[in-house]
Amino acid sequence: MRTRAIVLAGCLLAVAWAGELDLLSRAPGAAMRNPLENDAPAARAGARLYAHACAPCHGLHREGHGRVPPLDRAAIRQAPPGTLFWILRNGSLRSGMPSFASLPEPERWQIIAFLRE
Amino acid sequence: MRLYYMQLMCRLTAMAAVWLFGARCRAGEGPFFVTYTHQMEEPGNLEFSAKSATGNPDRGHPFVATAAEFEYGMTAWWTAEWYLDGQATGSEGALFTGFRWENRFRLLWREHWINPVLYLEFEDIDAADKTALEVVGHDGVQDLTAPNQVARREKQREMEAKLILGSYYRGWTIAENFIAEKNLAHAPYEFGYAAGISRPLALAARPETCNFCRENFQVGVEVYGGLGTWAGFGLRDTSHYVAPTVSWTLLNGTAFQVSPSFGATASSARFLLRFGVSYELAQFGRSVGAWLRGGRQ
Repeated sequence: MRTRAIVLAGCLLAVAWAGELDLLSRAPGAAMRNPLENDAPAARAGARLYAHACAPCHGLHREGHGRVPPLDRAAIRQAPPGTLFWILRNGSLRSGMPSFASLPEPERWQIIAFLRE
Repeated sequence: MRLYYMQLMCRLTAMAAVWLFGARCRAGEGPFFVTYTHQMEEPGNLEFSAKSATGNPDRGHPFVATAAEFEYGMTAWWTAEWYLDGQATGSEGALFTGFRWENRFRLLWREHWINPVLYLEFEDIDAADKTALEVVGHDGVQDLTAPNQVARREKQREMEAKLILGSYYRGWTIAENFIAEKNLAHAPYEFGYAAGISRPLALAARPETCNFCRENFQVGVEVYGGLGTWAGFGLRDTSHYVAPTVSWTLLNGTAFQVSPSFGATASSARFLLRFGVSYELAQFGRSVGAWLRGGRQ
């Protein structure tokens, strides 16, 4: 009985963990549009912000590192901007991604403009 | 044995190299000295900062007190900090006044209108400490005027808890802290508060790099003070401060903060000037781990 409880708890934890890893497909906000979409200066500013806020974990060339996923992939470039905005605002605290809500909204949109270039 | 010491020296040298040449990122705590926001340190990042307070209280000597702070992101929801405090008072010399160890835990997984963080601290300082990183109970100007030789005999081993509430709204950072502190040896529970609001001068970044861009400056104001004790809760004989504050972050990640604090009651010091500098090393933990493993990532 005790073993079953442990296995069940383990399965639940694994499901919860997998859910965190699959953040891109679960995050809401797909309907939001980036007010800075296709704005080249905004994307350049986003690159600068990325270097400060994101590159230490995701790599200067968005290549990822260990458990930190790469961001130079089609899934990111094609993700709805609102989804990326939601992830930047909330992070994924259980899997190690901090919240970047401290960045003002326009700066978060600038980063997203850069990521989707 | 000699080999062991050589290995140890290599590792210490490697750690120093990480410290000096490691990746840097913006120190992003905002302009507050006393008020905490719900922003946590990024996991693996180490921020070093020095926060100083200087004043010239009536019937006392001018002083400068500094807290050296090491803040490390344990996880995305847990930040740990270590403080070393000291002070120098005119005609009385300089002394080390103790240490603080604190932990902050974010209580909700997502960002909300109001975001609670639980703060727990143990401090082992003496009464000569003048860093005034929080004001509780009936703390007042008399704590800044006692001679060092007398004050340092009184040990203050205290537990402190804070409920930190933080919000971001249209570029504004708004934070409120409720403080309860207990001296483990004696004295009743003491209470205090801190609140602050701040905003960057520009909400969007410029495409070009610059040290003097408006987005690199944050301005705000914080208020903080004591709320008496368990036996005598309230504003009577408590000190309160109003402190405009500004921070400036350089391109290399170094941030400077300055804040003149004005006492608002007879118990308060009339004026304190706070100033600080902070610097953040990105992924310090990962770099140190890699060096200790002989360079393997």
